[in-house]
Amino acid sequence: METLYFVAQQTMYFAIPLLIVALGGMFSERSGIVNIALEGIMVMGAFISISFINIFQSSMSGQLLLILAVLVAGLMGGLFSILHAFASIRLKADQVISGTALNLFAPAFAIFVARMVQGVQQVQFKDTFYISKVPILGDIPVIGSILFRNSYITTYLGIGIAILSWIVINHTRFGLRLRACGEHPQAADSVGINVYRIRYAGVFISGFLAGIGGLAFVIPTSTNFNATVAGYGFLALAVLIFGQWRTKRIFYAAFFFGIMKTFASAYSGIPFLKGLPISNEVYKMIPYIATLIVLTFSSQNSQAPKAEGVPFDKGSR
Amino acid sequence: MKKRHNLLEIKGLTSFFASLMAIIAGLLFGLIILFISNSEQAMPAFLTILVGGIVDGTKGIAQELYYATPIILTGLSVGFAFKTGLFNIGASGQFTCGAFAAIFIGIKWTFLPPGIHWLIALIGAMIAGAIWGAGPGLLKAFFNVNEVITSIMMNYIGMYLVNMAIVKTVYDSLKNQTKPVAASAIIPKAGLDKLFNASSLNIGIIIAILMVIIVYIILNKTTFGYELKACGQNKDASKYAGINEKKSIILSMVIAGGLSGLGGGLLYLSGSGKYLQVLDILAPEGFNGIPVALLGMSHPIGILFAGLFIAHITVGGFNIQLYSFVPEVIDMIIAAIIYCGAFALLFKNLINKIIKVKFSENMQDNKTNDSSNGVSTEKSEEIIKEES
Repeated sequence: METLYFVAQQTMYFAIPLLIVALGGMFSERSGIVNIALEGIMVMGAFISISFINIFQSSMSGQLLLILAVLVAGLMGGLFSILHAFASIRLKADQVISGTALNLFAPAFAIFVARMVQGVQQVQFKDTFYISKVPILGDIPVIGSILFRNSYITTYLGIGIAILSWIVINHTRFGLRLRACGEHPQAADSVGINVYRIRYAGVFISGFLAGIGGLAFVIPTSTNFNATVAGYGFLALAVLIFGQWRTKRIFYAAFFFGIMKTFASAYSGIPFLKGLPISNEVYKMIPYIATLIVLTFSSQNSQAPKAEGVPFDKGSR
Repeated sequence: MKKRHNLLEIKGLTSFFASLMAIIAGLLFGLIILFISNSEQAMPAFLTILVGGIVDGTKGIAQELYYATPIILTGLSVGFAFKTGLFNIGASGQFTCGAFAAIFIGIKWTFLPPGIHWLIALIGAMIAGAIWGAGPGLLKAFFNVNEVITSIMMNYIGMYLVNMAIVKTVYDSLKNQTKPVAASAIIPKAGLDKLFNASSLNIGIIIAILMVIIVYIILNKTTFGYELKACGQNKDASKYAGINEKKSIILSMVIAGGLSGLGGGLLYLSGSGKYLQVLDILAPEGFNGIPVALLGMSHPIGILFAGLFIAHITVGGFNIQLYSFVPEVIDMIIAAIIYCGAFALLFKNLINKIIKVKFSENMQDNKTNDSSNGVSTEKSEEIIKEES
């Protein structure tokens, strides 16, 4: 039982940032803009918010500071992603190109600023956000041990974002318009929807969530930020496609990948796996191989938004 | 016929000027960054970037060529796949697999005669890269799996696989890296080291230029290249025209992988003390291929110059540490150039418009053959109207 709890808690650390970022990617892609810049936006969000924590941790600590940092990360991610939105919506540029530019820029910026300001590129922070046990809820048998112990507030935030995203995409006017812009922008335009504005909103939301995802990745796994999110932005992109651009499937995909990743990184903590004579590298490969296999069997009917990646031109209706 | 030739020249020229404007915009952005962080040292540092390796004479140029060799090849790899409408983000994994194959052959196959040992090792690198590139190609062609995702997955699988293979076969456990390769597997220098007075330079750069030419010929002078480009332009139309698009996708990824793999081989057989290390880090050369391809507009010759240019300012970037700046300024400049490259359409249309104005003044009679230009000018006017 202890092993199960351990695996479940570890899985959260991997799955939650992937979930948040992939959901972010969903908002952008469902509006019709390919967002390959998720990695860069994560780095930017994480960098600014960790710096924020670094500056204010002497006067503040605990969950309040983390919540403020989450807001900072989201705003920074949103602002940064506007660059992508401007190039791909306003200037009708190739969306892969501007996304790549953002991916190149963010880590360089983080290293540059950190080294210019403090001499070293690692931004340190004190982890005052760890929750060993949520009061009352942590005492529930089984569920309490899985969900409400050894966790971070970002876990609940991630699940909250997933539920909210599902509602927004499927049950609001904005969600309907967003989907319309990704499927058939000309039709959306013909009924008076401002495609440009909706797409800007989609990209902004994706940046907001990716920024938060960057912070959610760094907080549980480290106490310093070294200008990298270890390819999680690209993995989130995989989760998004794996999840077929649908909220629920993204949720499952993120947890599938999270569990695989947990086995890969923590197999030595699992007694049954520890005894097997398999190289450490094989375990590390498992998440990627498993994703490849699942994708092979699930991609025949891709549900990608039809107008994804196509700049909207009002005149081409 | 002559007029048509003129038009083509102008098209290439506008692309060139669009890239040039992007480069200038990116450099200006870098200058601003330098000024913000330290205004006193900004100007000398900026000049250092512009001068690049030339400040060290032939040695600096050799350094640039050494640095440019692998990224020209990964750039070619990404650019080649782009032509078929594929985004090969997996150059990193292909590069690593190629590097490992080269090193493995370099260390283990010492039974090969000295003259061809290095050549076989490079061919091995190409094959390993090609196999790694084939994976995403096959999955895309037969199972419709998005190649971006499979390439990313293959990057990680390749990295871990190579790490595992190194430890099992050619490991120097004291240094956590591969053993040194046999002397016969090191790429010959053919006097280039003496010419440039730098020990690191070998014929790798010549091989890279050769590949540029070969890719140019494949893309522009063969039916196969035409089919690839047709697939990239419009998959459905080329299918209708009887082109086997599955074959095109697979071959395109195989060739792209081979190019990246060769890049890995060239870097790690250069005998300049570079070893493949057992670290959980994706090879950055693979990702650097993306900006090279974008800046070169996926054209082989463009990629050659883009690779040289990026190598040039990267060497300049190392030198600005003298002024206590961080070399990452260069990455920011490159990012800004790529970002401005995304405005290429805008730049091109602007240039087209200027040319068009001049044209209509000078050559009233040329109007009829100029229809394609006319369309894009109209579009540019539209965009400009939108802007204002």
